[in-house]
Order: sequence, then structure tokens, then C-alpha cells
Amino acid sequence: MSTATIEDKLAVNKYDIDKEVHVSIREEICRKCDKYDCLYACPAGCFKLIEDHITLSYEGCLECGSCQIVCSKGAIDWVFPRAGFGICYEYG
Amino acid sequence: MKQKFDAIVVGAGPAGCACGYTLAKAGLETLVVERGKFAGAKNMWGGVFYGPILNQLFPSFWDEAPVERHILRHRFSLLTPEASLSAEFTTNKFNEPPYNGFSLLRSKFDRWFAAKAEQAGAIIATGLQADDLLWNGNAVTGIKAGGDELPASAVIACDGVNSVLADKAGLRKKLSPGDIKQGVKEVIQLPRQLLEKRFNLTGNEGIAWEFIGSFTKGIPGGAFLYTNKDSLSVGIVAKLSALSENKVAANEMLEEFKQHSAVANLLAEGKLVEYSAHLIPVSGRAMMPALYKDGFLVAGDAASLILATGLTLEGANFSITSGIAAAETVIKAKQTGDFSKKSFSYYPELLKRSFVLKDLKTFKKAPRFLENPRIYSLYPSLVCDLAEKIFTNDGKPRKKTWNLLKQSMNDKISCWQIIRDLIRIKGAL
Repeated sequence: MSTATIEDKLAVNKYDIDKEVHVSIREEICRKCDKYDCLYACPAGCFKLIEDHITLSYEGCLECGSCQIVCSKGAIDWVFPRAGFGICYEYG
Repeated sequence: MKQKFDAIVVGAGPAGCACGYTLAKAGLETLVVERGKFAGAKNMWGGVFYGPILNQLFPSFWDEAPVERHILRHRFSLLTPEASLSAEFTTNKFNEPPYNGFSLLRSKFDRWFAAKAEQAGAIIATGLQADDLLWNGNAVTGIKAGGDELPASAVIACDGVNSVLADKAGLRKKLSPGDIKQGVKEVIQLPRQLLEKRFNLTGNEGIAWEFIGSFTKGIPGGAFLYTNKDSLSVGIVAKLSALSENKVAANEMLEEFKQHSAVANLLAEGKLVEYSAHLIPVSGRAMMPALYKDGFLVAGDAASLILATGLTLEGANFSITSGIAAAETVIKAKQTGDFSKKSFSYYPELLKRSFVLKDLKTFKKAPRFLENPRIYSLYPSLVCDLAEKIFTNDGKPRKKTWNLLKQSMNDKISCWQIIRDLIRIKGAL
């Protein structure tokens, strides 16, 4: 088995992606942070370090809640996607 | 929809379904709300479930519930990058009813469990999210969901580790990453015949296999591999705070684990069909929130009712039992018409009488003990190194095992340190 990227893995999952964003970054706090805890805590690789700042794509979110728990600066606003949207596990 | 329910249960996982089923069976007007499209849509677990509690609720449940396999073999392995050392326990007893454990997939299992609650008379409202609570002074009087206000005599929060309602009720503090483990899992499809041949299984026999070692880089955690009917559940559990501290993601550990020579062949020709993640609150009593207030009870993961002893990481039975205890509390309250905090003090009383709070008390030192990084890196490498020395024939005169052990320990650890760790086992486990 060759090493699968996180994108390959998320691609097999079933999502109903909400147009309404359920995770967001408070830029003014985030830009001052150099800990980048979110990068390693997110199991879906939703956070990426591009040049010197964190970008977020919420579409692959697995709704585990790790990001807001590890961000000690309180820069991440995370709620569940609206009912019926988001990840839909067929195995679990 | 201004009907007042006797009880609204939030979340249709094991705690919520057991709670809703018990309430409805006693004739209470019960609503179970679930934010997923169906019960189980948002849920995952490692995948081994022990049956005695569910067997009390639904005798011989394995005949009707969507179980994958009954667990016949329990295997445990220590891994270093190069080597592995394994032990297996199996007994014929595990191969006959009532069995011991089962592999299960949540998407099917939770749907079955919710259907049982529905058959008992509960209303299951899927695709509905409880956003907030309704209040009358300090008492919870219902929920807000999907723009509606739904009144109830009692609200039972079974909404999981990221419980919105326990937070809204002010019963718990923000979760700390040191109290949480992150689980990531792949479900890998494998043709049934090939799977059974590969793992030496017949019929519905299954294997539950746990691993600790180098792949977690000394971070408290491990890996698991469980056999389903025609798929494998393969994953990692790792301490959340340590992922950031060590700048490693759980998925990287999972990839390293899957490439290990002891594992890779077992997964060959498999097809990834799902990748999932979930958090597990592992600090036991130390992180348990207040369990109730006027009109409000918390059960399952939302109440951090999980037992972590290293060899076991068990939440489902704690969830089911706490869900039932919450239901019994509300049933009793309905008889007296008193849904106050005073009346609900019956709930922790029931939990104290059951294994739920007894086990958490017995193993209250286990979470601390399991922080010891030597368990995850040094000891596995020490044991594998010793085994290698014992099994290697290098054509030179042999040494006594004791001397080989001392050689393996070398500068890495002293006898005293090992003895101190062993003494800690006595206190914690």
C-alpha cells in the first residue's frame, strides 16, 4: 500500500458541504501566533501554512473539534455545521 | 409543534438511544433529536464493543443487531521501526454466546439502536440540531432547535464530547487538549474470504489487535486493527496536546504504522472506503462535569464517562449505562412531578451503584500513569531488543538472559527506574 495523502483519504468520504462556513479564523489573533498547533491537531489537514500565515478550508472537516481545543489563543471559531450538512459516515 | 415532551434527548448515539429507549418503554413522551441525517452519520469509534450491558437491554442482541464479527482473538504487539513482539489471547468461550466482544461500525449500529428506541415509542427527529436551551430562571425547560422552541420537563444531553448543551448549561469548563485523545481511523475493504484466510478466522470470528511503539514517537497512544465482516478498521489514538507539542499529525503516525512490516502485508490489496476522526475525553473523574441541574442531565461522552486503563479504552458501555440511569431518573421524577436538581440527585446515585463511577474511581490514577512516555517508546524498544538478542544466532558464545537484558538497558534506563514504574502500575491499574 503506497502512502496516501490526506486529500486522497478525504476524497472517499461522503459530505454534504454547507455553503455556510462553520469554522473560521480570527485573522487579527492568528497572524500574531507562531505556534501553529492547529496544523498538527486537525486530522483532516484543513489548516495549511502558506508563507507565514494559516489558511483554512473547512470542506473536509471531520467535525472532531480538535482545532478549537488546541488553539490556546482563541483564534478559531468552530461550531457544528448546520443540521444535515457536513460529514456523513457510511461506516463509522 | 408546541407539544410539551416529558423528555428531550439530544444525540442519538449509544447514550441517547439507550436513554430514549428506556424512557419511551416506560411510557414517557420522548423526543430524540439528532443533528446527522440519520443516527450514526456523525459518529465513529475504534470498533470493538463488549456486550453484557446491551445483552441486558436486548437479550441475544447479536442475532438482530448489525454486528460485524465476534471477537475471538485479542492480540497485542509492541513495535520498533524494525521489529515487533506479539502476544495473543484466545479462548473457546469467546466463540459461543453470549460472546465477549464484537466488532461494530457505528453508522449501522446507531441506526439499529435508534430504531429500537423508535419502536418503543420515542420520536426520532434526525437532521435536527439542538442549538440552545430554554430556561425558566435556573431551570432548563426545553431546547431551541432548527428555529423552534421545544419545551420538555427534562432535557438529557447525550450530544458527545463536544457537547454544546453541557456548555450552554454551564456545567463544564472548556476542554483542555491534555485531557483528550484524538482517534483517526481508516475503514479498508478486503474481500471476505481473503480477510478470513489472512487472519486465520472462520465464519464470524474476529480479531481485536492493539499496538504500541515507535510509530507514535513517544506520544501517549497506540494503534488498533479490528476485523469487520469484509473490511478492517485501522487507526491511531494519540494524546491531542502532544500532537502539537511534537509537531506531528495523527495521520502521519497512521501512515507510518500502516507501512510497518508487521502490518503492511495485512492491508495489502485493501481499498480505503472511509477516513474518520473523533475525540475521546480520557481524564476520567478529573475532567467530569457536574452531571445535572434543574431539568437537565448529562450522559455519555458529554459527561466524559470513559475508562482508559491502557489495555482498554471503553466508552460505549459507560454511555449506555449512563443513558439508562438518566432515563430512570427522569421516569422517577415523572412519578413525583419533581424535575428539580434535588430530584435529579438520584442520577449520580445510580451511577455510583453501577460500574460507571465505581470503575472511574478504581482507575482514578490510571490517566496520570498512562502519561509516562517510557510506556510508548522505551519499553517496547527494550523488549524487542532483548528478544532480538535472545533469538539471534551470531555463532558466538551465548550470554545469560539477565546479562542480555542489562546490555539492552545499557544507559537507557536503570533498574530502579523500571522498579519505580512497576510500582506505579500497582497504584494505577
